[in-house]
Amino acid sequence: MVESMPLAKALNAGLRAAMTADDHVLLMGEDIGRLGGVFRVTEGLQAEFGDRRVLDTPLAESGIVGTAIGLAMAGFRPIIEIQFDGFVFPAFDQITTQLAKLTNRHEGALQMPVVIRIPYGGHIGAVEHHQESPEAYFTHTAGLRVVSPSTANDAYWMIQDAVRSPDPVIFLEPKAKYWMKGDVDTAERPLPLHASRLVRRGTDVTLVGHGAMVTTLLQAAALAESEGTSCEVIDLRSLSPIDYGPILDSVRRTGRMVYAQEAPGFTSVGSEVAATVMERAFFALEAPVLRVSGFDVPFPPAKLEGTYLPDADRILEAVDRALAY
Amino acid sequence: MTPPDDPALVRVLAADGTFAPSPEAERYLPLIDALTDAELETLYRDMVVVRSFDRQATNLQRQGQLALWPPSLGQEAAQVGSVRAARPQDHLFPSYREHVVATTRGVDPIDIIRVMRGLTHGGWDPTDPKNGNVHIYTLVLGSQTLHATGFGMGLVFDGRTGTGDVDRDEAVVVYYGDGASSQGDVHEAMVFANTYRTPQVFFLQNNHWAISVPVATQSRAPLYRRAEGYGMPSILVDGNDVLASYAVSRLALDEARAGDGPRAIEAMTYRMGAHTTSDDPTKYRTSDEEQSWARRDPIARMRAYLEGRGAAASFFDEVDADAQAYADDVRVRTNALGTIEPDSMFAHVYSEDHPLMVEQRRWLAAYEASFEKGA
Repeated sequence: MVESMPLAKALNAGLRAAMTADDHVLLMGEDIGRLGGVFRVTEGLQAEFGDRRVLDTPLAESGIVGTAIGLAMAGFRPIIEIQFDGFVFPAFDQITTQLAKLTNRHEGALQMPVVIRIPYGGHIGAVEHHQESPEAYFTHTAGLRVVSPSTANDAYWMIQDAVRSPDPVIFLEPKAKYWMKGDVDTAERPLPLHASRLVRRGTDVTLVGHGAMVTTLLQAAALAESEGTSCEVIDLRSLSPIDYGPILDSVRRTGRMVYAQEAPGFTSVGSEVAATVMERAFFALEAPVLRVSGFDVPFPPAKLEGTYLPDADRILEAVDRALAY
Repeated sequence: MTPPDDPALVRVLAADGTFAPSPEAERYLPLIDALTDAELETLYRDMVVVRSFDRQATNLQRQGQLALWPPSLGQEAAQVGSVRAARPQDHLFPSYREHVVATTRGVDPIDIIRVMRGLTHGGWDPTDPKNGNVHIYTLVLGSQTLHATGFGMGLVFDGRTGTGDVDRDEAVVVYYGDGASSQGDVHEAMVFANTYRTPQVFFLQNNHWAISVPVATQSRAPLYRRAEGYGMPSILVDGNDVLASYAVSRLALDEARAGDGPRAIEAMTYRMGAHTTSDDPTKYRTSDEEQSWARRDPIARMRAYLEGRGAAASFFDEVDADAQAYADDVRVRTNALGTIEPDSMFAHVYSEDHPLMVEQRRWLAAYEASFEKGA
């Protein structure tokens, strides 16, 4: 069955499906119960499943992640909502020194099926700590899986796959796209959790990105086409591990690649993809792999976010540079 | 910090081993009366054996067999009392100095040795029944208090506790120290534990020193009194009195498992040894202080009490011989420990296949093989 719904609603439906499938799946977070979360992603779930399955926790992020670890040890599969990207850091210690390493420390005797949902990224004109892209902190940590859906259909399926994962998953939700509608096929899973996806075919330049930036890449590709340049677009979907197959296939055909991301570019996911593509497809490249990123500054006050965040024009500027080689 | 003459203190045995309950100890006396001679002897034996093991491990480190050893010397009564108070179905979350907590519940001491020798980060499988529901050591201070609390929440949500059956209702003990008491995670654990009324005992061993920093730096007020701010009952106990430690832990755990909510215990004890074998306590504390605590030695105290009850000299000789044999066995098995395969570092980073692990493992194998071929 195919139904059109906003990405946030698709997540809600995916969470409901996961909770229905396994009675030890529970939701934890701040304001996620009665209120349904500040973005309403968990709306109605506490009424449906009760306050033992949807916990309005005390306001303490390290406490939420730390107790989720204990719950996982006791046989539960907690799904945590961190209210905003910039609020995850009080939990950073529990995530990186405990959650990520416990399976390894136990030599496989214990699994840590904990999902941490984090609304991330800019475009909503909010105050400080509400628009950040912290993905590289997590991709740098062994033991974590990191994914980010960019469409409603992926949101619906990827959240369910993340819940089923025996390993901890950092689930990055592009908050700017919560209200973007898309077709959700509730009958057929599109791709495995860690697959990247070819979104648009093209022949001249390969554009790769993740999260909200995928929409921007598609805008850039449409503009480029009107100027006679054919761009292929790939949605990374999984930031750790990275599925290089579709990217390398594409680059071997186009010879050029641009990676776009909202996060600061220095030691970023885009840097990792660029380095790997240069290692594995060096002789196919006609130009160096280029990155279009947020600047390496604190996320600026909202009035400057339009300047800070990469847009279609900045991506096209990089496309032009790639074509000029 | 907690004054030594705090009227809340629960103490049963005076430092010289005489039976001299403090006023606060009165309510616990039936629990102590119920202990059989054999159980009293077990409490003593546990302490002597772990001290022997601990001394052996310290020596092994000095001889280069271990990377590090955190001695439990001096804290035997606090640990033995609390762990013997736990029931078989209970779950224990240690920090990293609770050697007797682990071994009493069934963990093989060589598994602790393997951690400190650099062979593993974990040591044992807490889901294996032979390990008595003892979770692995946690080195980041206070982190385990949240894990224990979450585990307790799971017990509540699954109805595994609070039914009124003391032989089935499960409870949780989490160990931490005076240094860790300053960690935010301990605060958050107490908040969550009280919100969800976990069947849990927060067992704080105040050993007076966080490496070189005295407990007065962690808190101006007695640590046990913090619990009141969370709405949680708390008990101050003489941690060098194994009977008092046993009794307060027993009652607190049984109240918690009955559904009365979490409890906090502060056991006043003393780290008679160094923080770890890398530490030098002469740089920050006086020998007068050390000697004053040596006079309150938990093992000497219990021995004097048992002697006063008429225990035979042969009993003590036998315990000493057993303890020596235990430590000798650890030495023999430590010397027999092998090494680990380089390849093993890639195992269990993830539970399922992960392309980076596959790729890097393969690369390392080929790289190492290239030396064999080229040699």
